[in-house]
Parts: sequence; structure tokens; C-alpha cells
Amino acid sequence: MLEIKDLYVHFGVINAIKGISLKVNDGNIVTLIGANGAGKTTTLRTASGLKKPASGQILLDDEDITHTSAQYRVQRGISHAPEGRRVFPTMTVLENLELGAFLRKDKQGIKADLKRVYELFPRLHERRRQSAGTLSGGEQQMLAIGRALMSRPRILFLDEPSMGLAPLLVQEIFRIIRDINSTGTTILLIEQNASMALQIADYAYVMETGSIVISGSGAELMQSEDIKKAYLGG
Amino acid sequence: MIKIEQFLQQVFNGITLGSIYALVALGYTMVYGIIKLINFAHGGIYMIGAYVGYFCMTFLKIGFFPSLLSAMTICTLLGVTIEKIAYKPLRNATRIAALITAIGVSLFIEYGTMFFVKADVRSYPALTGLLAQKFAVGGFNVSMLQVLILVITVALMFLLQITVKKTRIGKAMRAVSLDKDAAELMGINVNSTITFTFAIGSALAGAAGVLVGIYYTSINPLMGTMPGLKAFIAAVFGGIGLIPGAMIGGYFIGMVEVMVSGYGNSMYRDAVVFGILILVLIVKPAGLLGKNTREKV
Ligand SMILES: Nc1ncnc2c1ncn2[C@@H]1O[C@H](COP(=O)(O)OP(=O)(O)O)[C@@H](O)[C@H]1O
Ligand SMILES: [Mg+2]
Repeated sequence: MLEIKDLYVHFGVINAIKGISLKVNDGNIVTLIGANGAGKTTTLRTASGLKKPASGQILLDDEDITHTSAQYRVQRGISHAPEGRRVFPTMTVLENLELGAFLRKDKQGIKADLKRVYELFPRLHERRRQSAGTLSGGEQQMLAIGRALMSRPRILFLDEPSMGLAPLLVQEIFRIIRDINSTGTTILLIEQNASMALQIADYAYVMETGSIVISGSGAELMQSEDIKKAYLGG
Repeated sequence: MIKIEQFLQQVFNGITLGSIYALVALGYTMVYGIIKLINFAHGGIYMIGAYVGYFCMTFLKIGFFPSLLSAMTICTLLGVTIEKIAYKPLRNATRIAALITAIGVSLFIEYGTMFFVKADVRSYPALTGLLAQKFAVGGFNVSMLQVLILVITVALMFLLQITVKKTRIGKAMRAVSLDKDAAELMGINVNSTITFTFAIGSALAGAAGVLVGIYYTSINPLMGTMPGLKAFIAAVFGGIGLIPGAMIGGYFIGMVEVMVSGYGNSMYRDAVVFGILILVLIVKPAGLLGKNTREKV
């Protein structure tokens, strides 16, 4: 279980996150939705160790990991497919995937996971020798997710995986997220596409300007009038 | 009329000088590739390499190869120390702050060294035995020294390529130079990867210092300034941040310099090299192998 307690994050004088708390239970899909600039990305970056918080706690299975390195968090089972995909453009698809397994030593396990990623994303297999920068946006997103899976995470952070993708591809990505979750990987999902996210989420948090304003099960939030108005287009 | 033997002689001299520039340019380009810093202290490290080699050969009398290794080792430690003390605290500062610091470090190394060893020019010990041989091939002279410089340079470049392409740390270096955050998310220790990059670049500069010492036989505390700048130009010419670019650029600049001296006027040697820099920056700022992309924010 991942738990964030009373977290504050600043960029200089800007308070991007103002005391949020949230929980991600094992095996769940939890989504964090909210408008642009609400602080969703910053929350994930802080949880994965890229950004230091001003105060508050991050707990992974009751272990306080607030002041640990990103490297340690990867070792402990956190993996993060960041906003904007951030694949290594001049490296091949295969090299990108191998980097996802950077901290692992179990050759057999890596091989098995590579096979699994190729099964999830056959396109990546076709293009494994191609450099990542030449892939389409959708393929890059698949690579970013596949790369994140290569560390065999217990909890996977996905930051707007559907951003900029054609509707059909968005469907496909959501199907795959469910698929990954069904094999036991916990998922913390950030989405602009609130209705899709709420449909697959066990639990959801809504952020506004650095705070969590509403939370509840995906089904509950989909019924909420406020949410409908603000995020689901009526 | 230009004699072919004479021309070949110049080519060979150009390759020798180019080897030295290439070794120094590699350090510039690797450090730039990974932290976008033009490490102006790099010429100073090269100079220290020359002095360590000098002291090892002259006073410790441990022979050429052990001296070369000692110089590489000391320069590695020096480069890593500079990175830790001077650059690491500025990791999130503006690039201009780091650049000014690099110039400061460069002056500190040069004049600090001058304080200890005096400004005098010192003569490098001559190599003896097989390494001192010269022989004529066709109509031109090849010295074993030049062969040695070329062989050592190629061997070091080969090792570098293997390291960067095949090893775990090499992959980490490439990942960090492409995207630090993404590299960190892979579990790569970004700080130690940067340190390692400085270590390798400095070792190569140290080797270049010893090679230039035995080739030109005289050294002084400011000897790193000009070659440092020229190696930087070589790196820019090839495409800064790109390892093969630094190799090509190094040989190109070395060749140009030798040809201008040999067939033109050695007075214009430096002007031509700096002219090349200006030309590259105007025509193709990304360098020979670089892609002309706008810098991403
Ligand atoms: N590197 C940064 N420097 C300064 N401010 C930032 C930085 N990153 C994010 N912010 C600010 O923090 C707030 C939250 O941003 P972000 O976490 O990216 O929101 P979201 O992902 O919900 O769109 C915004 O006001 C944004 O301008
Ligand atoms: Mg965001």
C-alpha cells in the first residue's frame, strides 16, 4: 500500500501541493484527476523521488520512503511512466526496455518480462530495433508503459497515458491498463480523460490547485453532480 | 610542386596532433553531453597529466607506460574532485554560473600549478630504446613515437566505445545524457553516473597530456589553454555531446593545423582554427554529426 500523508511541495515561492493525503491499496486502480496545473504530476514526481517535498510523508507498506532516492524506490517496487512519455529517443526500443530493468540481475526474469511486454504491445516487438524517437506518439506511450513494467513493479504510476492519442488508441491503452492491473500490479493513474479514468478506477481523488477536494469510488464520483459539471462535460 | 612524400609526412603529423586533440575533445564532449557544461578546466587537467608524466619519468623513473597510467589515475581523481567541489553544488544553477565557475577552476589549476612548479618550461625526458626509433617508409619518416601515440589513442577510443555501448555504466551514461529524470526513474544513480563521466574524460585528457609531452618534449603550466580551446573547437566541429563527433573533429582540426603550418604560414594556424569555429557556429551550429534541432525547454 502506498500512502501519502499531509504532503506539501513548493517550487520556490509557488506552493504546488498544499497538504494532500491519499491512499493506494494493493491491487487497486486509483486515479487522480483534475484540471491542468492542479498538481497531479508534481504529486507523482514527489512520490517517485524526483522532487523533494517541503513536508509530509510518503509511506510504502508502512515504510517511510519520504527521504529515499528514486533509485531506492524503484528497488522497492515503484515504477513511473512519466508525463510526456520521456522515452530515450536515440536508443532503440529494445534498449529502452532494457533500461527499464536497469536494477535487476535476474536474467531469466528480465527475459520473461520482455516477452510479456511484447505480448502486451506487439508493435514494440515489430519495432524493437528502431530508435524510440521515430515511433508515433501512441507507440512511444506503449514504450513508456512497457519500460516502466520492465522493473516488475508492485505499483505503477501512469501520468496521462492517453494524452494526445486518437480515440481508438485511448481505448486500447485503457484496456491494457486494466490488463496490467489484473495480473496484480497496483496502479496510480493520472488522467485528463476523467470519464474513462473513473470507469476503470476502484477509487478516485480530485485535485484542484494543490489540494484534494473530493474523493470516492469511481462509480460514486461518476454520479456526483459537481464532477459531472466540472470534469465530465455536463 | 607539392611532393607526395612531403604531403604524406604532413598527413602523418596531422594524425598525430589530431590524436591528441581527439583525446581532449572527448572529455569536453562527454561532459557537455551529460551536464551541458563546457568544462573549461579540462585543458588544465590535460596539463596536469603532462606534469604527472614528467615527474614520474624524470624523478621516479618508472618508465613510459607506468607514467602514462599514473597520469591517467591522478587526472581521474582530479576531475572527480573538481566535479564534486565546483560543479555538483551548481547542478541546479544557471548554465552561465557553472560556465564561469569552470573558467575560475581552469585559472585556479593553471596558476596553482605555476605556484608549485614555477612558470619555467620543462623538457620532457626522451624515450629510449625501441620507442625512440625512427624509420623511413617510402620517402617519409615515421617515428615510433608517432606510431605509439596513434596506437594508444586508438586503443583508448576503442575502450571508450566498448564502455559506452556495451557496459551497464555506459548505458547509464547515455540515458543520463538524454534525459536525467527518465534515467532516475529507471533506477540509475544520476550523480555517480556524472562523476564517472568526469572520471573517464579526465583520464583521457591525462593520457593526452603525457603524449603531447613526449611528442613536443616541452611543457609549461599554461600549455593546456590553447590545446584546450582547440579541442573544444574540435568537439563543436564534430557536434558537441557526440563521441564520434569529437574523434572526427579532433583529427580534422589536427590535420588543418598541420597543413596550414606546412603549406601556408604557421602564423595563421590558430586564426584558421578559430575561423573554423566561427564558420561552424554560423553554418551548422549542431556540428558535423549533430542534428539541427532547437533546444528543448
Ligand atoms: N518545475 C516547475 N517549476 C515551477 N513551477 C512548477 C514546476 N512544475 C510544476 N509547477 C507548478 O506547479 C503546479 C502544479 O503543476 P503540475 O503538477 O504539473 O500540475 P498537473 O500535472 O496537475 O497539470 C502548477 O502551478 C505549475 O505551474
Ligand atoms: Mg501533469
